[in-house]
Amino acid sequence: MTEYNFAYLDEQTKRMIRRAILKGLAIPGYQVPFASREMPMPYGWGTGGVQVSAAVLTPDDTLKVIDQGADDTTNAISIRRFFEKTAGVAVTEATSDASVIQTRHRIPEEPLRDDQILVYQVPIPEPLRFLEPSEVETRKMHSLEEYGLMHVKLYEDISQHGAIATAYAYPVKVEGRYVMDPSPIPKFDNPKLEMAAIQLFGAGREQRIYAIPPYTQVVSLDFDDYPFEATKADHACDLCGAEDSYLDELIVDDAGARMFMCSDTDYCAKRRAQGHVGAQAAEDAA
Amino acid sequence: MTPLLQVTDIAKFYGQRIGCTGVSFDLYPGEVMGIVGESGSGKSTLLNCLAGHLTPDRGSVCFDTRADGLRDTVSMSEPERRMLSRTDWAFVHQHARDGLRMNVSAGGNVGERLMAVGARHYGDIREAATDWLGRVEISVDRIDDRPTAFSGGMQQRLQIARNLVTGPRLVFMDEPTGGLDVSVQARLLDLLRGLVREMNLSAIIVTHDLAVVRLLADRLMVMKDGHVVETGLTDQVLDDPQHRYTQLLVSSVLQV
Repeated sequence: MTEYNFAYLDEQTKRMIRRAILKGLAIPGYQVPFASREMPMPYGWGTGGVQVSAAVLTPDDTLKVIDQGADDTTNAISIRRFFEKTAGVAVTEATSDASVIQTRHRIPEEPLRDDQILVYQVPIPEPLRFLEPSEVETRKMHSLEEYGLMHVKLYEDISQHGAIATAYAYPVKVEGRYVMDPSPIPKFDNPKLEMAAIQLFGAGREQRIYAIPPYTQVVSLDFDDYPFEATKADHACDLCGAEDSYLDELIVDDAGARMFMCSDTDYCAKRRAQGHVGAQAAEDAA
Repeated sequence: MTPLLQVTDIAKFYGQRIGCTGVSFDLYPGEVMGIVGESGSGKSTLLNCLAGHLTPDRGSVCFDTRADGLRDTVSMSEPERRMLSRTDWAFVHQHARDGLRMNVSAGGNVGERLMAVGARHYGDIREAATDWLGRVEISVDRIDDRPTAFSGGMQQRLQIARNLVTGPRLVFMDEPTGGLDVSVQARLLDLLRGLVREMNLSAIIVTHDLAVVRLLADRLMVMKDGHVVETGLTDQVLDDPQHRYTQLLVSSVLQV
């Protein structure tokens, strides 16, 4: 424990990151450059999120880490252990008990409160990147609010698939100003971006931090005649029977039989503890 | 009558070398002006200065804006200039690849300018794209194909459709027929001439092909080593060239 400074990063680095976070909160949706550090894990494993978490953690915090909604995947467990080791903070799997939640690709189903912070891991922070490869040009487009190109992407979706087929990393406009990539969360989670908790986004490799303050207006881009739709698998969770949560689809045998289950493991477990039963669980009981 | 574009004493230097210097002219609505000259004579530099891609070292380029009348586009703020360049101005590049998004479908390419000025209705955008593909003689069933699957002539016509969809008043063209074979050139010129007349467009066409200006341009400006050496009505300049260089240029054209 004594080998590391609290939460691994040195104090100067944490101050630098906090300044970037404050700037991000002051300009919702704006990508603030920061001097991303090498972390003891590979890029793509959440180095940006880990640095943001390290900068906001205090010894009294309780940390929860999820990966695709689950608390028990390799990525989530390693990051949770990392902070247990380097910061000695309490950890939890219960959404409501956590004060800082680091997430990859999901927003918890349970509504968050205003004393919580949600930290996202972001692979590519620039929503315009795949259409405009030049960083100079995309920065200019952000500063001049030239966002027509974003709709070209949605246009292409409709012309090829008959509907907006972008299912994750669905672009949003924050507080009527900056167009932002909400990290690869499913578009089902987009409406939840207007929440009580502080949302911080960290991209380690791309060296960008951005933020959404509490209760900020976040609008998903769409066309008048093809409005935004938060989609999920048309099914109920086979374990807990929830019909309002985002589902993972699993193929369970060679015959192609499949089951659906909540991607948010904590939400599913809580519901089952409350006595909710899904189709599969009912079969097993019978 | 107010000129649409009023160019006064434009000069652009690349260090010691002259890009173009001392260029002044007025362009009136509905007028097409050709700029001819050999490679390196400064015609592309001049065009880029006029279109706001390069900042001239001296002079002013006043454009008759819809809102406030004549405004100097050189000293105008960048957002305003970029707004002009996607509404009232159009720029047709010599290589269609420079003016198109090659990884976006033809429909998306045409629709981009509409979406850039705030169109948010897919059906309307689609309809405008369909209409414009028809006007530039691209079969409507190619609307979802990418420009990479198009021939050179089709790419050039697509680039024109993409530029004209917002109803610009001034079109800058840099060698619009360069690199196309002659029969395709003829068809493209025919199309351009039709569109220019029909939409009452003003245009500035840079080319080294005298046939292009003969067909399209009302007026002609001949450039050599960064200077304008002769100006006048197209037929007058081509049929009775006064300057030595113009005489050389006109006599260099092969008669078939």
